[in-house]
Amino acid sequence: MKTFGGPVLFLDRSDINTDEIIPAKYLTEITKEDLKPYILEDLKLPGFDPKGSKTRNARVIVSRGNFGCGSSREHAPWVFEVNGITAVIAESFARIFRQNMFNCGMAAIELPKADLDLIISHSGDEDATMSIDIEAGSLTMNGGGKQRTFTFEISPFDKALVSSGGWVDYADQNY
Amino acid sequence: MGKTTAEKIFDAHLVNEPFPGTKVLRLDAVLCHEITTPIAIDDLIRRDKDRVFDPTKIKAVIDHVTPSKDTKTATQAKILRDWARRHDIKDFFDIGANGVCHALFPERGFIRPGYTVIMGDSHTCTHGAFGAFAAGIGTTDLEVGILKGVCAFRQPKTIKFNVTGTLPKGVYAKDVILHIIGRIGVNGATDRVMEFHGSTINAMTMESRMTLCNMAIEAGGTSGICQPDMTTVDYLWPFIQGEFVSKEAALADYSQWRADADADYDQTVEIDVAALEPTITFGYKPDQVKTVSELAGTKLDQIYIGSCTNGRLEDLRIAAGILKGKKIAPNVRAILSPATPKIQQQAMREGLIDIFMEAGFCVTNPTCGACLGMSNGVLADGEVCASTTNRNFMGRMGKGGMVHLMSPATAAASAIEGVIADPRKYL
Repeated sequence: MKTFGGPVLFLDRSDINTDEIIPAKYLTEITKEDLKPYILEDLKLPGFDPKGSKTRNARVIVSRGNFGCGSSREHAPWVFEVNGITAVIAESFARIFRQNMFNCGMAAIELPKADLDLIISHSGDEDATMSIDIEAGSLTMNGGGKQRTFTFEISPFDKALVSSGGWVDYADQNY
Repeated sequence: MGKTTAEKIFDAHLVNEPFPGTKVLRLDAVLCHEITTPIAIDDLIRRDKDRVFDPTKIKAVIDHVTPSKDTKTATQAKILRDWARRHDIKDFFDIGANGVCHALFPERGFIRPGYTVIMGDSHTCTHGAFGAFAAGIGTTDLEVGILKGVCAFRQPKTIKFNVTGTLPKGVYAKDVILHIIGRIGVNGATDRVMEFHGSTINAMTMESRMTLCNMAIEAGGTSGICQPDMTTVDYLWPFIQGEFVSKEAALADYSQWRADADADYDQTVEIDVAALEPTITFGYKPDQVKTVSELAGTKLDQIYIGSCTNGRLEDLRIAAGILKGKKIAPNVRAILSPATPKIQQQAMREGLIDIFMEAGFCVTNPTCGACLGMSNGVLADGEVCASTTNRNFMGRMGKGGMVHLMSPATAAASAIEGVIADPRKYL
């Protein structure tokens, strides 16, 4: 099973949409790698810099409700993937974005608001990192000398997609 | 306990349930366009799986940027075109025959009641207007759909919208759906099907029902769904008359997909349209809506009439009815993009194109371009557009641009006045 985790990028707002994650004008790129420089280019949040070191170093994104709403573009998970971000933690996800993440073998994990409040309380910690154990259904937030562990559930299908590395080979063998 | 339309379609298309809570469905139509399909094709080739499950069930169109604007978009078009030829996909629509996917495919009779439909495009929910389960999906799901003709879904719950009353003058399906999204919010229907019932919907044309279902995704909905009835049969009749002895026989068959009276709903929302006003978005989320009275006078730079939401003949007739003999205000520019060549041609025959052009509109070929800021009407930083499209995210029609979503009637009235304006005084 793939392991997930590392430095955390906090995007403390609901309804972050796919146009903010990767604007439509870049959908003419043919390879995933070409999307890399445009990550979160149109997202406006206090203190957030799409080109900054926090974005560049991040391996996990933490956000609020309805993350990834809008377009069906799988370019949204891809632009995360090519930037090394393979997990997003949020209160809820738009359906298509969530499934796109798992279809690519990445993780879209839902947590209750109270848990997210605690996690986002680490947003000022320079050393904020998270480790995620998909199999065990738990994640641990480290930062500011504190450590907090939370449990989560993902569907058995989504878990299988993460462990098999994606939906295409699975489907071709089974259908 | 009875079943909703989506539950009936799920039961009839179930291949298996590989894991609890996940249902794999057989697909009746896999729709493709040149933005999300080429990467799927490329990946299939890379995996040595360049196959299609059934070329007759795959429909493809170049619509987002057409004719191509540069080498990259020409390459996307070429990948789709070459693939369609290689796999003998007969229903492929290239320049000259192409139009906005969610207007073109229904116009060709490809969508029928009870169908399962996917496309790598979030506005695929449009096709639920025919009593189909139609969902937008990503490129990986599209890839599997192309390869195996199946797609995995969580069984969605259904919200019933009981929409009643006669639409007041100047109020249309677009105003109804903007009002609904304003009421339930941008995630009010996430993982839910939005099933539309009631006298208002029964009285709507198929074009209006498509406008309604088109924006289900803006409330997070998996699919919008209308109940198949004689209006559905009348629309489809040119394509199905060989399959049924009469329209009544077609209706009897399609009625199997209507929700049962005792179906179990996640919730029921009552909407009375009698007092509804023309409705417009004001912010950067589709649930931020106000009435035209509240927004009248808002400064504009561009008017756009078109898209999979409101680029159909009915929309053009309504807008032309307001624009006839009038000119757009000197402070704005206006663009009309009929959604398909058939619509464009019919609009020409009816003299609608003359009305638009004499009013000062630029009439473009059918394309999605401007709606998502890719071509044919991109905004500059700080500009404001009155648009009949479906998404008002910040920068959607161009970096730094602002979009007010509205009906074609409100867009036409706003073009005349150069600011957001009430269409009712022109009717």
